[in-house]
Amino acid sequence: MATTLTEHAPHADAHHHELSFVRKYIFSEDHKIIGIQFLFMSLFFLLVGGLLAAIMRWQLAYPTDPANPLPGGGLFPETMVNNGIILPEFYNSAVTMHGTIMIFFAIMPLLVGVFANYLIPLQIGAPDMAFPKLNMASFWTAFPAGLIMLAGFFVEGGHSSAGWTQYAPLSADPEWTGVYAGQQLWLISMIILGFASLMGAVNYITTVINMRAPGMTWFRIPLPTWALFITAILILLAIPVLTGALIMLLFDQTIGTTFFASATGGEPLLWQHMFWFFGHPEVYILILPGMGFVSEIIAAGSRKPIFGYAAMVLAIIAIAFIGWLVWGHHMFQSGMNPMLGMSFMVTTMIIAVPSAIKVFNWLGTMWRGDLHFHTPMLHAVTFVAMFVIGGLSGVFVASTPVDIFLHDTYFVVAHLHYVLFGGSLFAIFGAITFWYPKMFGRMMNSTLGKIHFWLTLIFFNLVFFPMHNLGIAGMMRRIYDFTQYEYLAPFQGLQMFISWSAFVLIGAQFIFAFNFLYSLFRGEKAPQNPWHANSLEWTAAPSPPPHGNFAHTPTVYRGPYEYSHPDAPGDYWPQNEPGPAAPAPEPVYAE
Amino acid sequence: MTTHAAALDRGGMDATEVGMGVYNMKLGMWVFLLSEVMFFTSLIGSYIILRAAHPDMFAQPGEVLNVPLTALNTFLLICSSVTMVLAFAAIERGDQAKLKAWLIGTALIGMSFLGVQVFEYIQLSGHGFVPSVEGYSAAGAPLYGTTFYTMTGFHGFHVFVGVLALWYLVIQAFRGKYTAANHGAVEITGLYWHFVDLVWIILFTIVYLI
Amino acid sequence: MGWLPEAASTFADSIDGIFYLILAITGVIFIAVEAVLLWFAVKYRHRDGRKAYHTHGNIRVEVVWTAVPAVLVVLIGVLSVRPWLHIRSPDSIPPDAYAIDMTAKQFEWNATYVGPDGAMGTDDDVTQRNQLHIPVGRPVVVMLRSEDVIHSFFLPEFRVKQDAVPGMEMAVWFQATRTGEFNLACAELCGTGHTRMGGRVIVHSADDFDAWLLAEGAGPPLGARLASSTDQP
Repeated sequence: MATTLTEHAPHADAHHHELSFVRKYIFSEDHKIIGIQFLFMSLFFLLVGGLLAAIMRWQLAYPTDPANPLPGGGLFPETMVNNGIILPEFYNSAVTMHGTIMIFFAIMPLLVGVFANYLIPLQIGAPDMAFPKLNMASFWTAFPAGLIMLAGFFVEGGHSSAGWTQYAPLSADPEWTGVYAGQQLWLISMIILGFASLMGAVNYITTVINMRAPGMTWFRIPLPTWALFITAILILLAIPVLTGALIMLLFDQTIGTTFFASATGGEPLLWQHMFWFFGHPEVYILILPGMGFVSEIIAAGSRKPIFGYAAMVLAIIAIAFIGWLVWGHHMFQSGMNPMLGMSFMVTTMIIAVPSAIKVFNWLGTMWRGDLHFHTPMLHAVTFVAMFVIGGLSGVFVASTPVDIFLHDTYFVVAHLHYVLFGGSLFAIFGAITFWYPKMFGRMMNSTLGKIHFWLTLIFFNLVFFPMHNLGIAGMMRRIYDFTQYEYLAPFQGLQMFISWSAFVLIGAQFIFAFNFLYSLFRGEKAPQNPWHANSLEWTAAPSPPPHGNFAHTPTVYRGPYEYSHPDAPGDYWPQNEPGPAAPAPEPVYAE
Repeated sequence: MTTHAAALDRGGMDATEVGMGVYNMKLGMWVFLLSEVMFFTSLIGSYIILRAAHPDMFAQPGEVLNVPLTALNTFLLICSSVTMVLAFAAIERGDQAKLKAWLIGTALIGMSFLGVQVFEYIQLSGHGFVPSVEGYSAAGAPLYGTTFYTMTGFHGFHVFVGVLALWYLVIQAFRGKYTAANHGAVEITGLYWHFVDLVWIILFTIVYLI
Repeated sequence: MGWLPEAASTFADSIDGIFYLILAITGVIFIAVEAVLLWFAVKYRHRDGRKAYHTHGNIRVEVVWTAVPAVLVVLIGVLSVRPWLHIRSPDSIPPDAYAIDMTAKQFEWNATYVGPDGAMGTDDDVTQRNQLHIPVGRPVVVMLRSEDVIHSFFLPEFRVKQDAVPGMEMAVWFQATRTGEFNLACAELCGTGHTRMGGRVIVHSADDFDAWLLAEGAGPPLGARLASSTDQP
């Protein structure tokens, strides 16, 4: 593999034109094309996940109300939507699949599949990944996994309806849900997707360790690559545990093993322990890359070095380590030993600290900066604002006594959406708008970008902030018809308000989709470095970079955040620009 | 670029410039094996948890499982690790004939291991020791069969993949692909093979002996 | 706007107390951080001639903003320990708690009260579906089981929630502070009918509860049972 790379690098352009269309765009080994393939795939799944959310929100706004049938409900078979009424089986499927698709087929591939592929080689000055063929295989494993997951909607009995967490024994025996093939397709798809993630992780880790350009020391690596590197380690170690659990569950479903069925000696809680042992590192897999993107965008948008680069890196590493010791906080009410619950509470409280450090460092980066509020910067700053809410609401459910009341209520739904939507998705929108010019050689429309941003910010908060209140009022999550409970019936007005805000929120995303597609063809031509950033993808490669990325392997002289340096000629100082030795790459804490 | 930069710029990647000093394939294999460690940890961990929770559902060592036969099989697999080391040592010296011989030896021992395991499965299932609730009649409870077949089965699958890789190496060796300077594939297959061997020693201890 | 449901158990004080404490701490942090963020966003927005100040950070402020959150979360953690153990530790269950068996299955709650013979698990026990009758001012211990999948026993007004896991028996204790009718819900997705797996909790005064037991043909009045409570689990 290494030899193939050296062949490519020096004569990248000559090689570029020899590839056929299929080799160049479909079965491509170029990390940039693979990243873009993941981008289109995961944006499609983002749409599917959003539509599933819309179906849920319709049911919650008008629970089993014949006067307000689901618009377009006739398109669904009667086993899902009958006379415009969403059936509980389908509602539970929609809940399950919204979670599954958003987490595994939208957010995770958007963060990792797209940006780890696209950014890592460019930011470290490598011509491609360490294993380009494995990289191609990774996408072409993830893609059929997605098709299998979608196929589950069309089989008899409907798609899996046991929740994205698939708690056994509900998920282990078709008898309990009435879902047969859908449940098995869910498991098979997830097992296959796990292989795709593993191939990616092996590639990212090897690439970052081995393929950095001369001078790219560990503490000169841009923060997105740092975050993606640590994320890859989490994926590498967490996914196999999930795969093991999924295989056991599939065996329980199909060949009659008894891992999780209590009637024959299995342990339902074993599933939860395995799932969350994977699941909590997964939570950080879903936020760390976003933190990396946001650090990059805020530094460039503020024209200032990132405040506390070393603290930022150490915080990522600390989160990744402590992240392995907190999985039990998802199970406080599961009947675990209360002493064990207490120790999980302590670790959970501790992991809040590195997150807080990151927030303060972003604020420190903005302090006395020269803030340019272009679309990516708006999204990045909003990430910080929303992540604060998601982080603080996490403290409530981390406290074991308070969690007794709030566990499995809408408070948790609000909390996780402030982190995953307010956090990860805003970071993704920021990252897409930031790196779009590099990917496609054109700028996204900034007016449309800002309209999309403001609508998303406002309606996101209108949707999810009131959910805290629903949770505090004791409304359970995953409830098909909350009006059946006397104490919850009065909230129908609020639910309707949330639903209509959600419809606007989903509608606003089409502005983004339009902007994305329109700019591909009509966007203003992008310069090589539109944001005047320092890292190698901007300073050493054209937009878009050719096959092989760099005409010559760049040499790195300094860290990636030397903005507004008094000795530099401009207000930024490219990593690969020779010059007087920059102030030590490791941050110097002057005064 | 300045002359300094030009001196550093070699027109391509120099993997060892800032890396680990290990070539990509080998590093990639080590990284992959870390994830394999987690996979087997999840299986073995589940076994330990289930057995600790339901000691009555598991038979005593030797009661159901054929320990002497499996001990022989364990010995076979350890031998195959030795032959793998010898294959690697041979090609490090550039001795292609010995490489071929030891690779074939390793692959054959690997296949014997699988053969013994299949024989063992047939024998056990004939006695009503099966992985599922249906048809289960051996000592203990279905949980025992469930965990036994899943753990040894996944290990066997890994051996099977290893055997395939070994035959691929044999074919390539006969084509003269490996030299003293270029034999990374032999080394990383060896890493994988030793790992699978090590996992078996742990599994044998936990599943058969304790 | 939704807020905590009316409180009806002795747990409500401590749980709600920590809730409000966390709300106060996080509320202050929330307002402070968002205010600073907005202030910076306005104050340092780009204007012609503005030059950003070049700094890589400051070790002293890093230490401060690591230590302060650490102290706060440890404080919250420490304050959570005592109520948690009071609610969950098996040692905290009062020995005189009145025991009720609760079996969950798709999609109903079956509460079983001890029969006149005073022993649980005999033929004269009385079982009622989706209703839980308890006395006020007396600790009650619900022995929770599930027949099929995981359910979650949720009494919002009592601040009680406990998963019912098949194969396990959980002792859930609490003490009602007022009479009246309250809600019983399932908080864990348990299948198609999850949404209708609700019920009512009826809290009686001590006398009414004895009368209700008598009317239903259930066990001896509570006063009598308390005397023989030593042979209860």
